[in-house]
Amino acid sequence: MSSLIQLVDVKKTYHMGDVDVHALRGVNVAIDAGEFIAVMGSSGSGKSTLMNIVGCLDRPTSGQYLLDGKEVSHMSRDELADIRNHTLGFVFQSFNLLTRTSAVENVELPLLYQGVRTKERIVRSKEALERVGLGKRLDHHPSQLSGGQQQRVAIARAIVGKPKVILADEPTGNLDSRTSVEVMALFQQLGRDGITVVLVTHEPDIAEYAARVVVMRDGHVVSDKRQTPRDAAAAVRELPPEEAA
Amino acid sequence: MSILHTLRVALRALMRNKLRSFLTTLGMIIGVCAVIFSVAVGEGAKAKVEEAFAAMGSNLLILMPGSSTSGGARGGSGSQPTLTWDDMRAIQNEVSTVKYVAPVLRSQSQVMSEDQNWSTSVQGTSPEYFAIRSWPVSSGAAIQDSDVEAGAKVAVLGQTVVDKLFGANSDPVGQMVRIKNIPFQVIGVLAKKGQSAMGQDYDDAVLVPYTTFGSKIQGGLKNYIAGAVMIGATSPADTSRAEIQITNLLRDRHHITGTDDDFFIRNLTELANSQQEGTKTMTTLLNAIAAISLVVGGIGIMNIMLVSVTERTREIGLRMAVGAKPRNILMQFLVEAMTLSTLGGLIGLSLGVVGANVIAKFFGWNTLVRPDVVVAAIAFSGFVGIGFGLYPAYKASRLDPIDALRYE
Repeated sequence: MSSLIQLVDVKKTYHMGDVDVHALRGVNVAIDAGEFIAVMGSSGSGKSTLMNIVGCLDRPTSGQYLLDGKEVSHMSRDELADIRNHTLGFVFQSFNLLTRTSAVENVELPLLYQGVRTKERIVRSKEALERVGLGKRLDHHPSQLSGGQQQRVAIARAIVGKPKVILADEPTGNLDSRTSVEVMALFQQLGRDGITVVLVTHEPDIAEYAARVVVMRDGHVVSDKRQTPRDAAAAVRELPPEEAA
Repeated sequence: MSILHTLRVALRALMRNKLRSFLTTLGMIIGVCAVIFSVAVGEGAKAKVEEAFAAMGSNLLILMPGSSTSGGARGGSGSQPTLTWDDMRAIQNEVSTVKYVAPVLRSQSQVMSEDQNWSTSVQGTSPEYFAIRSWPVSSGAAIQDSDVEAGAKVAVLGQTVVDKLFGANSDPVGQMVRIKNIPFQVIGVLAKKGQSAMGQDYDDAVLVPYTTFGSKIQGGLKNYIAGAVMIGATSPADTSRAEIQITNLLRDRHHITGTDDDFFIRNLTELANSQQEGTKTMTTLLNAIAAISLVVGGIGIMNIMLVSVTERTREIGLRMAVGAKPRNILMQFLVEAMTLSTLGGLIGLSLGVVGANVIAKFFGWNTLVRPDVVVAAIAFSGFVGIGFGLYPAYKASRLDPIDALRYE
């Protein structure tokens, strides 16, 4: 059985003036559907470059990248946009929500570019927000939401287009420890629903919630281990109760 | 992504910076306003000039006798009578584009009432004169054909002459005036006509039948007309044709084969056209202002769109990440620029229409806001939006999503 994501000897070289920077020096990774994988590494290890390539935001200098059986490394900008639109969902460290725009309108963005009709767009956006537990915050603007809630809007936006893969780049970087665990519980739930989650983080305790940890250094994969993930939902219950919300 | 939705996104983006959006559209507002204004002023002034020339007489041609050459000295127009009464009748009967013909014999004479006197232009003419110059009487009657046939000693006075001889607001119909000591009965008073474009007072005149003029005021020349002939063409467009036809007729009648005609025709419609050149200069100036301010307005839009693209780099990156294609981004910013310029155009249009109405009231013109100009102004402002919005929008669409997402 072929993997959902398959990277074969992927290299990426940036030209910075006269110097060539080798961000990826031959990466081989295969990720199956439904996996929850954490990519770790210090800054400069190449994990962000790997994410950009997996996220079809960038193209490898050499090597193969098969996503869902399709070779995407030589696709045009428009074709990559279509792949991002239909197959991928992004969650960023800084949320990247549109300001002064309601939660629903933020979430419907991918559907807009899929050409989904207004009525269906709103229904599906509401569903996605309910799935992340924000069914009562549909018309709130980002400035009226807490960091955790904003990140959940972003997750709703990532899943509304029914993607196969969610790419999360340091999604807990701007969150406190409790909301971090809550967000991880959400990702674990998505994994159980069959969505592949690729998480980039430098926090070991966040990586504990993933079923597989890939560690990168100097553009190489130096370790790739499977582990028994910590149950985030249980971890939330163990935390001291929050002040009455 | 539908156009309607793109428009909504554009409007919302513009509403976020209301003041900035308004200031950006100012160039368009002034530009379109100037266009509407210039057309209204141009058309209004044109109508005014046409009105002034219509006061002289409608479709008017003036036929004057030619010059005499005596011992090498050329005498100038009218120095020798060359036109005969038969010529005049031939013009009336044979030229299809001629509607009216009237002789005008002039003499500066002293006119006296009971206790006042006044030197004025006494003119001998026929009843057609009143029609050619569209000049009715305000009281009494005009000169009739019977007066001409009888050589009646009757006179129609201009308003200025009435004021000088009988005092303002008096009605001298029925009273007597003496011209060159010959008593004439006043049968009518001409309606007030005002001044010519050159400041000549039309109302300072006394009209008498040309037969009476010839026999009593200035010695007749029998067959020759000692003055000019006023000719009314059938329509303004016919004046040029009438001029040519009359020229051909008279050259034929006078057996002229060379180039030196012994008569001279002045076409006042042509003169009116040349007068309008003046207003054209003014509208050209206004149009230049409009064009410059539309270009400046366009540059303003380009400038603000470039700022907007920079400010919203992260938004662009995000839109690309979730699946926007370069052309979606291009469209979004293009529609925004177009919305900006078209809104400016609409505001400018309303201000221009209001301004044109105010000016028109002030100068007593008819308001002339032409619908084709309105449509052209709006279309042009939209076009400016596309033209100057294209570069910023293209720049936005070429952004690299990775860099855009990381942009601080």
